[in-house]
Amino acid sequence: MKLITAILKPFKLDDVRAALSETGVQGVTVTEVRGFGRQRGHTEIYRGAEYVVEFVPKTKIEIAVEDSLADQVIEAIIKSAQTGKVGDGKIFVVDLAQVVRIRTGERDASAI
Amino acid sequence: MLPFSAVWADDAPAPTEPMLVGFDKINSGDTAWMLTSVALVLLMTIPGLALFYGGMVRKKNVLATLMQSFAIACIITILWWLIGYSWAFTQGSSPYLVGGATRFLLGGMSYQHDAMRLTVSHLGVTIPETVYCMFQLTFAIITPALIAGSFAERMKFSSMLIFISVWFLIVYCPIAHWVWEPSGWLAIKGVLDFAGGTVVHINAGIAGLASCLVLGKRVGYPKESMPPHNLTLTLIGASLLWVGWFGFNAGSAVAADGRAGMAMAVTQIATAAAALGWMFSEWIFKGKPSVLGIASGAVAGLVAITPASGFVGPTPAVAIGAVAGVVCFLAATSLKTALGYDDSLDAFGVHCIGGIVGALLTGVFASKEISGSEGSVLTQLWGVGTTLVYGFSVSFIILKVIDVTIGLRVTEEQEREGLDISLHGERVE
Repeated sequence: MKLITAILKPFKLDDVRAALSETGVQGVTVTEVRGFGRQRGHTEIYRGAEYVVEFVPKTKIEIAVEDSLADQVIEAIIKSAQTGKVGDGKIFVVDLAQVVRIRTGERDASAI
Repeated sequence: MLPFSAVWADDAPAPTEPMLVGFDKINSGDTAWMLTSVALVLLMTIPGLALFYGGMVRKKNVLATLMQSFAIACIITILWWLIGYSWAFTQGSSPYLVGGATRFLLGGMSYQHDAMRLTVSHLGVTIPETVYCMFQLTFAIITPALIAGSFAERMKFSSMLIFISVWFLIVYCPIAHWVWEPSGWLAIKGVLDFAGGTVVHINAGIAGLASCLVLGKRVGYPKESMPPHNLTLTLIGASLLWVGWFGFNAGSAVAADGRAGMAMAVTQIATAAAALGWMFSEWIFKGKPSVLGIASGAVAGLVAITPASGFVGPTPAVAIGAVAGVVCFLAATSLKTALGYDDSLDAFGVHCIGGIVGALLTGVFASKEISGSEGSVLTQLWGVGTTLVYGFSVSFIILKVIDVTIGLRVTEEQEREGLDISLHGERVE
């Protein structure tokens, strides 16, 4: 199993979620995060005091998938999240050792 | 406050102390307006100033900042009842000190149902003394609350209460007495301060400067980022201040009449001019017009028109507002950065500087036709100078004494964690 983490532009969340449903993904966890890569932040001024804000708001999603579905999900995210401009985000894929459904105690394949 | 030229219908000499009169001497229009003004000016502090300041601090300090305004309202009320009203608004033994003890615990201020008499203040002979007393209380409340803008985000609550109480008794009450009590020495000199440009704003602002110098800068200032956490609150606060200020300025006519009407008109006009003055200055010099800027500009205009509001007409009001907007913008941005003091919320830059601008321009623009009084910049300088010197030095001393005894500042850990949790055990999510 794989844990797929994607950092997205916040306004792309709905498009990505819709694309994920079409691949058969059943659940996703969403977090609001901040970060920067190549995208620059902005400057704020309050009564003459300037603050350079480096971090840009982003949305992080995490999905647990069977190995066989991983590539499909990655493609779906790329297609729906891409704008072509700097700051589109990144996807990280790590191996997932175990998954447990809390309600029933099911493990791994039947828990995803 | 009217300069001493009270309207007194009978040929009795003008009164100099509060006195008993029959119910028939009370003007219901004046009283209705003044009752309303009390509410308006109290609203300026709670929640006007509370929100104005609250929105400008970091989220971890918002409750502590609101608490300062609210607690000050409470404690000053009790001190006013106990001592303050008597010291400010009765004659006393010398023009250079404070008033007498005749109204301690508001003793003698009375309303008598069967005898159909009540007391009136010599400064408001057509309204009940209770109403005049309460009106003045709202001024006594907002003045110390303004100082909190300078020591925001780093002062101990206990030390703040002690500082405010002592400051109120030995700085606010004397200065109010000197300027507004007709027997006070600055009033006798002819200093014009219709609604408190000197007594409230220069006074609070210079005490603010003293406190930010004694307390020192916030941890991390100026390098760490400390932007306002919620300018929505600040704008709501500024709006409440603007609307409430009609009670502050027009209410200082102590009558529901044309003087109040003119004061209201010039207040509105000066405020708008100042808000635009700051906004355009910021747009030109910093690139974007900001919400914080326009709100601050409005407050600067309100401050500057305060001493002038009973003495000038609409066109001078535009000038007063515009000058205050630009000058206070420079004071809050360039002057502060250049001199390096951490006046967190610009109580000095807006209230002291704005108050000085207003007090001096009152001397320039005071109209004999409107007010019956002549203005003089030289005379105004007496009021400005006295307040700056006396206010700064006594505030400095009080702060130093508290600092070496119980300490003024929270610890660095408390400041890092935030005053809401450290001082009040509460949090805003």
